[in-house]
Amino acid sequence: MASYLEFEKPIAEIDSRITELESASGEDVDLSGEIEKLREKRATLLGGTYARLSPWQKTQVARHPGRPHFRDYVANIFDDFVPLGGDRYFAEDEAIIGGLAKLGERRVVLIGHEKGHDTESRLRHNFGMGKPEGYRKAIRLMDLAGRFGLPVVTLVDTSGAFPGIEAEERGQAEAIARSTEACLALPVPMVSAIVGEGGSGGAVALASAERVLMFEHAVYSVISPEGCASILWRTAENAPDAAEAMKMTAQDLLKIGVIDRIVAEPVGGAHRAPEKACASLGKALEEELETLGELDSTRLRAMREERFLRMGEG
Amino acid sequence: MSWLSRVRNSLPFGAKRETADNLWIKCPACDEMVFTKEYDENARVCPKCDHHGRIGTDMRFAILLDQGYEVLPTPQVREDPLKFKDTKAYPARLKQARAKNPHPDALTNAAGAIKGHRVVLGVQDFAFMGGSMGMAVGSAFVHGVDRALKDRVPYVICTAAGGARMQEGILSLMQMPKTTVAVRRLKEAGLPYIVVLTDPTTGGVTASYAMLGDVHIAEPGCLIGFAGARVIQNTIREQLPDGFQRAEYLHEHGMVDRVVHRHELRDELAMLLDYLSPRAAA
Repeated sequence: MASYLEFEKPIAEIDSRITELESASGEDVDLSGEIEKLREKRATLLGGTYARLSPWQKTQVARHPGRPHFRDYVANIFDDFVPLGGDRYFAEDEAIIGGLAKLGERRVVLIGHEKGHDTESRLRHNFGMGKPEGYRKAIRLMDLAGRFGLPVVTLVDTSGAFPGIEAEERGQAEAIARSTEACLALPVPMVSAIVGEGGSGGAVALASAERVLMFEHAVYSVISPEGCASILWRTAENAPDAAEAMKMTAQDLLKIGVIDRIVAEPVGGAHRAPEKACASLGKALEEELETLGELDSTRLRAMREERFLRMGEG
Repeated sequence: MSWLSRVRNSLPFGAKRETADNLWIKCPACDEMVFTKEYDENARVCPKCDHHGRIGTDMRFAILLDQGYEVLPTPQVREDPLKFKDTKAYPARLKQARAKNPHPDALTNAAGAIKGHRVVLGVQDFAFMGGSMGMAVGSAFVHGVDRALKDRVPYVICTAAGGARMQEGILSLMQMPKTTVAVRRLKEAGLPYIVVLTDPTTGGVTASYAMLGDVHIAEPGCLIGFAGARVIQNTIREQLPDGFQRAEYLHEHGMVDRVVHRHELRDELAMLLDYLSPRAAA
């Protein structure tokens, strides 16, 4: 395992102990009983830790660099992905990727944030922080989906839309508002999954769907815990308190009706077994599209409108 | 009647005892000391430098609407749905804000007319928890739109918000699609939707109903943006250009149709409403 999170220290210690014993094991020393015991201990500890993650710990997991990203979902869940580029006005924004793809037998339009996985790709994808042209590309692709009867799947994973001078000048707010509007207007099924971080307007612009799924350890909030803490507590040090107060975990959001379904992650988080995580997400997406496939455009739009009009009032 | 006498007649200035504390006000832009009475009668536009100060809901209704408008009740919403507590509990903050403000939350609607053109006018008040958008603001917006749909009249909104109401967490974020549903209904019904951006309009409000108008008007010098200037500066570590995120800057970048002086706003809206009359549903 490449990197451990702060709260995983006890697990890291057992892991290094296991490694030590393994290398000490030889033909004359049999430590397999010892190792087996440690492995069991580790499994219990890992399961227990991940069953009781605090909102702040979940934030760390959701941001884990080894967590699967858009390209991993494309590779493991979808076939024949054809990326389509550009907003036709200004540029191609690689923070938001979209195109045509097959999910099982079904043809869909797939859109999502890509954070990147190393320095070079993180810079290229701007750490998953979309600019106006990214959201305008999403609008374009949603329009395409609507006209050709292709369901829309979005995978949300962003700390937020990019806060920068040019983004403001080119109308970041307007692009986000129009993207939200485009989601709501879709005549085809739309399923969104919050797969990592669902950060504020930059997330909701791609997640105003009739069905919203969320990974077990993903987070979704109006502002980052650090941002919330620095405004309300006047110091980012209170981020764990802010994470707690904002109710940003999948479990809390399911209770208040902001999301519809939690997708289970492998024990120890999606980053410990990305392929397993992808498989459960793929299955959930197919099931959702199967159900929605029977509804006509009037019903789909009405579902979406009702969902947001009564949000928080139930 | 001029806007000036309308303001004078509709606001209870005379009743307030004038003390040294409230007799004068310092213009936040030019630091000039101005008579409070003179400042209020000028709709809180500095008589020396023309800076547009922030104004409350009732003054906004008074300067824009014909006499005899009806202030609509603020819809009831679930209060403190998340049991939010930072350094203070959210209900305590709400109570404090209500004690200092004439309306129960940050967005209030009135049904009335602008120079004879019937409208529903929504006004956001920065004085109420920074105008922030939570469930009450979202619901008031939807109610205002519903009334406009029922009466088949345009909806005009004067925006002012520091952003989302953080104490309502994700539910404040959900007001973005919620209010967007309402805007879509206006458009489908063939009703004009005019946005008047006032100081400041930022965050989730800008990134939803404030940027979806048929026409965008802004008051001179007002701050309009998505991300806060400090956040941007911390991200890019560059000096921000002069006039960044001000009304004129947004006009220059194509996000605002017209920058209009507060004293001309009523005539301007009447003129637009004269062109954009409700149509039969598309």
